[in-house]
Amino acid sequence: MFDLFARVFGRDDASKEVAKERLRLVLVHDRASLSPQALENLKNDLVKVISQYLDIDDQGFQVDFSRHDDAMALVANIPIRRKAATNRNSL
Amino acid sequence: MGEAIVITSGKGGVGKTTTTANIGAGLAQAGQRVALIDADIGLRNLDVVMGLENRIVYDLVDVVEGFAKLKHALIKDKRFENLYLLPAAQTRDKTAVSPDQMRDLVGEMKQEFDFVLIDCPAGIEQGFKNAVAGSDKAVVVATPEVSSVRDADRIIGLLEAEEKHHPSLIVNRIRPSMVKKGDMMDIDDMIEILAIDLLGVVPDDEFIVVSTNRGEPAVLNPASRAGEAYRNITRRLMGENVPMMKLDDEGQGFIGRLRKMMGLKG
Ligand SMILES: Nc1ncnc2c1ncn2[C@@H]1O[C@H](COP(=O)(O)OP(=O)(O)OP(=O)(O)O)[C@@H](O)[C@H]1O
Ligand SMILES: [Mg+2]
Repeated sequence: MFDLFARVFGRDDASKEVAKERLRLVLVHDRASLSPQALENLKNDLVKVISQYLDIDDQGFQVDFSRHDDAMALVANIPIRRKAATNRNSL
Repeated sequence: MGEAIVITSGKGGVGKTTTTANIGAGLAQAGQRVALIDADIGLRNLDVVMGLENRIVYDLVDVVEGFAKLKHALIKDKRFENLYLLPAAQTRDKTAVSPDQMRDLVGEMKQEFDFVLIDCPAGIEQGFKNAVAGSDKAVVVATPEVSSVRDADRIIGLLEAEEKHHPSLIVNRIRPSMVKKGDMMDIDDMIEILAIDLLGVVPDDEFIVVSTNRGEPAVLNPASRAGEAYRNITRRLMGENVPMMKLDDEGQGFIGRLRKMMGLKG
């Protein structure tokens, strides 16, 4: 009976959705041949380089892969502290 | 000049050998001249799935090492005179053959046959490289499970890096009743994730076990659902435009049971 119920109303705990979500994540890393550890290293290096030019908030710093349709992108979100702007004004 | 197609998957046990045997027998039944190569050196299996295990004299390694002539090593099928098998060596390993040697051998066989089908071993090491070396096209077999799709993705990446094999996908062992419940990925999910062309969909079918027991590919049985799927795949490989098989869960799901209860069919 539950079967019929599930079919009519749809199930949001359907295990295939879990499978798809897990696959997406694991494939993003596989395809970039970048392990989560390597991604962490990349992030630390980015922080180092960018802070030579800008005063950034490395707590709010986020780097991750994202998918746009077929293509993959590395998306970084880098909050800049106010001070950077002041620096430029004083130039 | 024939066409060489490698049947590959990355993950083991998803149906490469079953697929090679069925497509091979299907193409032969349709009148094509077909040779099957078992490239799984050390774990030979295609011979038993084809029911030809008693006829082996020489094998792939014997031919490559010049110990036997190709025409002496090829085993003629008992059902079709235009179907041949080149068996793998059982007591050697994958390093007994190199990709260059495979390329030469497959090239030679393409002169004689319309289709040369290569049954690839699991994995991405030397055995895979050997199997892929001489092939023009790749067919990737995957089941609707996370690990299988992940490995298929890896294989597709390796094949696409060579820009030569135009991989297409066979989804094997799909279970319509589970798909309906949302407990199994469906074809669209897999195509979307893997982003390659679909060559065919083969249902999970008990008859595959029966046919393997007998050494008679399911494609030769008109009543088998998997056999029907393989017949369609065969026709697509010959260039026909065949619509994808409708997969309903005959008799398995609730609707099927209800139908049965009311004595209705199909
Ligand atoms: N559509 C199907 N329905 C039911 N059983 C199947 C189906 N396809 C394959 N099988 C079964 O799954 C098992 C593995 O199949 P097969 O040997 O073809 O896989 P493989 O990919 O060649 O394995 P390996 O990686 O070890 O070479 C076999 O027992 C086979 O009978
Ligand atoms: Mg096999």
